[in-house]
Amino acid sequence: MDTIEVSNLNRQFLFRQCHVGQSKAKVAREAVLKFRPNINITAHHANVKNSEFNVDFFKQFNVVLNGLDNLDARRHVNRLCLAAGVPLVESGTTGFLGQVTVHVKGQTECYECQPKPTPKTYPVCTITSTPTKFVHCIVWAKDLLFAKLFGDRTQDNDLNVHSADATNSSKNNEDISVQRDDEDCEKYGKRIYDHVFGYNIDLALSNEETWKNRNKPKPIYIKDVLPEPGMHQNGTNNTLDITDKSSLSAMHSLGLMNPQDTWTLAENSKVFLEALSLFLKKREKDIGSLSFDKDDQLSVEFVTAAANVRAASFGIPMHSLFESKGIAGNIVHAIATTNAVIAGLIVIEAIKVLKNAANSFRMTYCVEHPLKKMLLMPVEPFEPNKSCYVCSEMPLTLEVNTHKTKLREIVEKIVKNKLGVNLPIIMHGSTLIFETGDDLEEDMVANYALNLEKALCDLPSPVTSGTVLTVEDFQQEFTCSINITHREEFDDEKEPEGMVLLGLTPDLYEKPSKVATTEESTSMAPQEKPATVSDSDDEIEIVVLEESNRFAGSKRKLVETSITNSHDPKGKDGINVANDVGKLDDGHDDEVVVMKACNEDVRKKAKLV
Amino acid sequence: MVLGVIMGKEELTAQETALYDRQIRIWGVDAQRRLSKSHILVAGMTGTIVEFCKNIVLAGIGSVVLLDDRLVTREALSVNFLVPNDEEKLKGRSLAEVCCNSLKDFNSMVHVSVEKGDLSALDGEILDKFDAVVIGRASFATKKTIDGICRKRSKKIAFFTVDCRDSCGEIFVDLQNYVYNQKKNDDNVECQFHYPSLEEAVAVPWNRLPKNVTKLYFAMRVIERFEAAEGRIPGETTAADISSVQQLRGELCKANSINESRIPDELLKRLLEGTREHPPVCAIVGGILGQEVIKALSGKGNPLKNFFFFDAKDGKGIIEDISSL
Repeated sequence: MDTIEVSNLNRQFLFRQCHVGQSKAKVAREAVLKFRPNINITAHHANVKNSEFNVDFFKQFNVVLNGLDNLDARRHVNRLCLAAGVPLVESGTTGFLGQVTVHVKGQTECYECQPKPTPKTYPVCTITSTPTKFVHCIVWAKDLLFAKLFGDRTQDNDLNVHSADATNSSKNNEDISVQRDDEDCEKYGKRIYDHVFGYNIDLALSNEETWKNRNKPKPIYIKDVLPEPGMHQNGTNNTLDITDKSSLSAMHSLGLMNPQDTWTLAENSKVFLEALSLFLKKREKDIGSLSFDKDDQLSVEFVTAAANVRAASFGIPMHSLFESKGIAGNIVHAIATTNAVIAGLIVIEAIKVLKNAANSFRMTYCVEHPLKKMLLMPVEPFEPNKSCYVCSEMPLTLEVNTHKTKLREIVEKIVKNKLGVNLPIIMHGSTLIFETGDDLEEDMVANYALNLEKALCDLPSPVTSGTVLTVEDFQQEFTCSINITHREEFDDEKEPEGMVLLGLTPDLYEKPSKVATTEESTSMAPQEKPATVSDSDDEIEIVVLEESNRFAGSKRKLVETSITNSHDPKGKDGINVANDVGKLDDGHDDEVVVMKACNEDVRKKAKLV
Repeated sequence: MVLGVIMGKEELTAQETALYDRQIRIWGVDAQRRLSKSHILVAGMTGTIVEFCKNIVLAGIGSVVLLDDRLVTREALSVNFLVPNDEEKLKGRSLAEVCCNSLKDFNSMVHVSVEKGDLSALDGEILDKFDAVVIGRASFATKKTIDGICRKRSKKIAFFTVDCRDSCGEIFVDLQNYVYNQKKNDDNVECQFHYPSLEEAVAVPWNRLPKNVTKLYFAMRVIERFEAAEGRIPGETTAADISSVQQLRGELCKANSINESRIPDELLKRLLEGTREHPPVCAIVGGILGQEVIKALSGKGNPLKNFFFFDAKDGKGIIEDISSL
């Protein structure tokens, strides 16, 4: 359902400048037909999760090739391919790294048999009170400040927008983010600035406990940064057409031309004020409904400036607009060459599938620094994971306080988020306790709405310790059992969600979340734990680290493939490849990639060719 | 709108900044700038070369000159996606001309043009115009000569060859003396690679190479020698040549003191019969080659030394260091 953007053109070569804004599916089809006119290509400009793309739809195909850019969609397609019994070739790239994997039901792992990194989230307090990295400042600026000032005001927001104004007691509960009637933009901007960078910091400092073992932030007030009245006037009217909203730019009107420059605190402050002013004056209609868009110049400028002032306050290094945009927009770096390599590998696997050459399927990894002379590393696929809750219907366990937790929380946090279910149906035995869908009767809908707000034990069919819930999605033909176990207490820091799902891959339950989650990691699927390459006499051993599986009962440990790139410490969601090749062995043709369990000596050998 | 740096010719334009955003995030503005000032000569418009050209044009190379006077054939149509499926457009035009036309479309900021004539006729003066020369299929003699000329120029000209047959591919890289910076534990260490010439590399006695050097290296050398000995146009071999090739293999292995079993019949047969390229392999090898040329010209990233091999049959992409050092 995506449309073409300028930044796509450095690698998505079926598109040209004139196609920007048009449907990718449609333009791609036309471009291919130009050099291969006799193929039957149908373009669907739609979301792959739409109900029209059901199991019957997928059954039409001999093979499915994914070129998706988010985990959610990949999981969805994975389930449909399993349901339809159609082989899936998955892939992803990030910069110089890439991989291609083949998934055939019953024969290999499905896409979800191995853990995938879920989008990085941060604890609330880190974002609101104790940032230590620049990304924390970006998340604050984007998901708190920007959202509060320009987004939907009715949404919950952790930003402190109240002040104890001793001089005017009637304004004690005022929401400072709302512009006062008589207030001009400049005054409003400075007031916001002083509140979030000055007052809120002073307030935080008053709580000594917080700062016992941490560096204290410094409050920043506009008068200290821009002391001269002239300094914070609006920038010069830009000569660009100011009615053209897409050309609105605070930095430009301030004479800051290079997005790669890191601005000073004073410059950042000016951009902050100027951007805010421009939003209010030129884009009033957007205020109240705006969500952050990395391609919206003014939004990016505002978030950059805000993040930088906050960073300065906390002694964190500031960053350029270019860098900030990348972080705030979760931009994945990408080039034509790696994509070409991966595309070629995808086709090679697809041909194998079509030829039914089952024993020759390979997972292939493309690395930046050669591992044992190899830039392209093929590995035999593993057998399906017997503990995989998707393809092996392994039951899960949910530890939750059944007296306090509402059904709604289960649906949002567990069913939709962790389990990746699109249109859930939840049953307790033969009783439906929740469903979604367009064809439900009104009284059912009302009933479910009521259920959502009830604590588990208060549901018409009470859910208590020992209850088994069934979660289904007909479209994905996904079904899963969850054993409910009551637990009274949860650790706020480590288990902020107030519930723990067990039996899943560790990645999905271990992270203490969140707040402002940053957006989905885009194109890269692969995992990211360090691996080391060492040599024994006649084997390569790519050690794949595993998290210990808390399920003592399950035999097969869930394995994370990983490859860590020590040359790319900033690589976000990329695969990292250990560069420690060490002594290269001159021996054998039969090189084996050995998967080793951390806590067991169970070795599973995968043959490298 | 993304603002670029508008002052001075040295900076990237706003258009470049917007278009190259995703790759600038990998290699930085300086490297991008160096790329945009680089000039490449590309000879022999094979399917793999075409993939390669697409990659460097998209990346924003300064200019590309294409050399290939051959007329378009049916075979070209099947592996070369730059050749439009339109008889009218192809009449009387060379492969280079047709490809040039299509290639320009990919990036209006790259200058693409055609050089007519024979590769072997090029002299040092002409080659001096380029920062890199990339040769698709050509005779060993020609490749050797061009590499030799490149090495003698006072200007540094990087030299690459690429050849794909059946579902295999080979890349050769000669960067002469290449100095680059490598980060080792926070220190910036200056490293130097000494690349052998093509002639020197293939002259390294086979028994002196590590035992695990891929058989594809040797097989390609045998075919190469065969074509030279028979005066064949590169790539014009058939299954019928197998017995002569086996004989040549015997001679070469004896001369190099290695066992003939190191170069399996099956592999030789594949290479002899499969003179038509396999499109996904073109994409893979063209991609790797593209990356190497970009690294060499931008000065960023560790270049591979000095051969790269890919075989779709086992799926490995292997770097071999064939040098006497």
